[in-house]
Amino acid sequence: MCGIVGLLVKKPALRERLGEMMVPMLIGMTERGPDSAGLAVFGAPVGEHERKISLYSGLMADGARFNWQDMARELGARLGVAARVAASGNHAILTTAIDAETVKRWLAEQYPGLFILSTGKSIDLYKDIGTPAEVANRYGFDKLKGTHLVGHTRMATESAVTPDRAHPFTAGEDFCLVHNGSLSNPYGIRRKLEPRGIHFETDNDTEAACRFLEWRLREGDTLEDALKKGFEELDGFYTFLMGTGDALALIRDPFACKPAVVAETDDYVAIASEFRSLAHLPDIENAHVFEPAPEEMYVWKI
Amino acid sequence: MENLTFNLSETPVSALNRYLHHEAPKGAARKILVTHPDGAHNIAVGLDCPVEVEIQGHAGYYAGGMNKHGKVVIKGSAGTGVGENMMSGVVHVRGFASNGAGASAHGGLLIIDGDAGLRCGISLKGGDIVVGGSVGSFSAFMAQAGRMVICGDAGDALGDSLYEAVLYVKGNIKSLGADARIEPLTEADIAAIAHLLQQAGLDHDPKDFKRVASKRELYHWNADANQEY
Repeated sequence: MCGIVGLLVKKPALRERLGEMMVPMLIGMTERGPDSAGLAVFGAPVGEHERKISLYSGLMADGARFNWQDMARELGARLGVAARVAASGNHAILTTAIDAETVKRWLAEQYPGLFILSTGKSIDLYKDIGTPAEVANRYGFDKLKGTHLVGHTRMATESAVTPDRAHPFTAGEDFCLVHNGSLSNPYGIRRKLEPRGIHFETDNDTEAACRFLEWRLREGDTLEDALKKGFEELDGFYTFLMGTGDALALIRDPFACKPAVVAETDDYVAIASEFRSLAHLPDIENAHVFEPAPEEMYVWKI
Repeated sequence: MENLTFNLSETPVSALNRYLHHEAPKGAARKILVTHPDGAHNIAVGLDCPVEVEIQGHAGYYAGGMNKHGKVVIKGSAGTGVGENMMSGVVHVRGFASNGAGASAHGGLLIIDGDAGLRCGISLKGGDIVVGGSVGSFSAFMAQAGRMVICGDAGDALGDSLYEAVLYVKGNIKSLGADARIEPLTEADIAAIAHLLQQAGLDHDPKDFKRVASKRELYHWNADANQEY
């Protein structure tokens, strides 16, 4: 069991309240996923030549005492580029004006324990072990702003309870995926992708789905085409919710064992595993509430 | 005797259900109103007396499950397993129902005004289900007894491995499951459909429905069939 939440606001004024609207959604999924929680939030993109990297120091000995400012200064000096960091405890968002691969290579050499959560122009990512309320509180989820987000509460079944195995998973830039269910062929997918130079960071089944779909997008598939190939290749039970720079996408496997419900108003589209995570939303009494069908693709653009 | 309200934003479901199990049989209240259900699980499960419960909003999993004698009306949608294992009485969903609606119901009537998800009426054991909308795939899988009236369409593998339950479908059937077949409607079928539609408050011509029942070829193992049915 796991819990999924997603929220996309349609009115610019509501972007200020994105996190505040979402926190009760995430906490509402505590029974479905009490061991870890995570969130990817998409907001205004950084400059054309800039990239944001969300980083996690909780796997290192220093943990929340990690000196982010020193790291950013050193990175700036060594790579000869402006680097700024917004840090809180074991989490930081590093923004630099060079390509992400150079930064990631430097980080891997200098700080091999630092975990890269996400890369892109508009995605920020947080995930950690703990109850959804603890994780939301740790990172101030209620203060987050943006256009859309993807969240997850985890009850681990396929791999250990560790921060790096929490969801959302990311691959490439501005792409993330959360999963409720279990895949039966993650190693088959992995064996297809690894010879193409695609590197895996965990033994988690969801990571295989995330890297497969991002690989298809990178190969030039539209989101719809990538999801279609996902239906063909990914075997098992799943409700997947994905976030890109400008969209949320939802699919369910043909057996639809894992739940999902959607509430849509003129102001927002909210997605959750169960209605109890949507009940607090404004004007929910008048929302169009429906259950997404299996093997259908649902895509909502900002 | 008057109405009694349980506001689930203030009172836990367990308090509601404790009242329904221990006080309601004494006839203390005519009708129980449940406000702010907000998708909570197990609302009004295990009723064992002729009490009426009205849920004013969306219910979570197993609402009205194991109902005996009671009437549960959900003025919203229902989550997984609504009316599961019902023995008698009525469960009425005014909105849509998720997966496994009416699973293994032994008796009573489950009415769903909207669509039902996958596996509606799975392993039905004698209950009746009327769906105003469509049902998802694998509905009535291994249904043993009882009747289903589907006013919309049915998904894949309808009535797979059906026993003696009978299904009536007005719309399209995407595919029939193993051992299920379409049979001609009899006068008794038409009367049964009319009666069930009338109880559900739905207006359709009973003659527009198709009857789906078991071929009964799976009842006995056939070595010559080479596992192909």
